[in-house]
Amino acid sequence: MADLTGIPTMNHLTTARIAPQVTRSHWLAPLAPRSRFSLRAAPQVLALAGAAFGVAPSEQACRAVVQGTRAALWLSPDEQLLLGLEADTASIQADLHAALGKAAYSLVDVSHRQTALEISGPNAADILNGASPLDLSLAAFPVGMCTRTLLDKADIILWRTQHDVFHIEVWRSFTDYVTGLLSVIAREYES
Amino acid sequence: MLLIQCPYCGPRPELEFAYGGQAHIARPLKPADLNDDEWAAFLYMRVNTKGVHAERWRHARGCNRFFNALRDTTTDHFLAVYKTGEARPALNTAGGHS
Ligand SMILES: [Zn+2]
Repeated sequence: MADLTGIPTMNHLTTARIAPQVTRSHWLAPLAPRSRFSLRAAPQVLALAGAAFGVAPSEQACRAVVQGTRAALWLSPDEQLLLGLEADTASIQADLHAALGKAAYSLVDVSHRQTALEISGPNAADILNGASPLDLSLAAFPVGMCTRTLLDKADIILWRTQHDVFHIEVWRSFTDYVTGLLSVIAREYES
Repeated sequence: MLLIQCPYCGPRPELEFAYGGQAHIARPLKPADLNDDEWAAFLYMRVNTKGVHAERWRHARGCNRFFNALRDTTTDHFLAVYKTGEARPALNTAGGHS
């Protein structure tokens, strides 16, 4: 059997070391590392989890609920993405396992699977629409709406946190691709 | 771009969806009891409808759910969508869709 000692696992790498370098600009900013959990369960179990997590998950499709430093994003009838402070990762996990006990559920720490970007400003929706056919008008995609979708070739989670601010969760290895793509599109709006 | 109505998420661009073949094909409860012709019919024989076709779709780049749709294969018009497990809806043909 191969000697695996000395090979660092994900846990031994600091987030700073593996986080892609995204240059902050006035309309595109990398967001701080945070804890992320993929939670899958039946609706009544999701409600139990919400009580332990401190955020009652949305029953309405494609809506995010924010409570303090935490958020629960509806991704599917049986799937929520939970966001919290990076320092709370262990306690969130422990609290949820304790609250859910023997219920049927899946809780996976995906903190390092994806990174977060924030795109803001009066052209934010237009820039996103350069690579996404979603209707991002406020009527069709109001503040608080979130969804998994495609941004050109990248799977992302798009969440409108304010009128002209979008939070994007993107697979770590696609971060450079997404920021590069958005930057090219944004040139259209340079004055 | 063609919009497809996800029963969970609402109207979304076609590129978020994956086609899942003919709907309402029940897997035999005891495959071992089937002869080769019956098994082949279950695996391979599909209707190839010209007109209204009941078919599975999956919102693969969205909520990830499978659902069923009635689509007119001659016009690519989606006539109805419904959740997996629900019965095929009756169509009101007065609107001109066959
Ligand atoms: Zn959907």
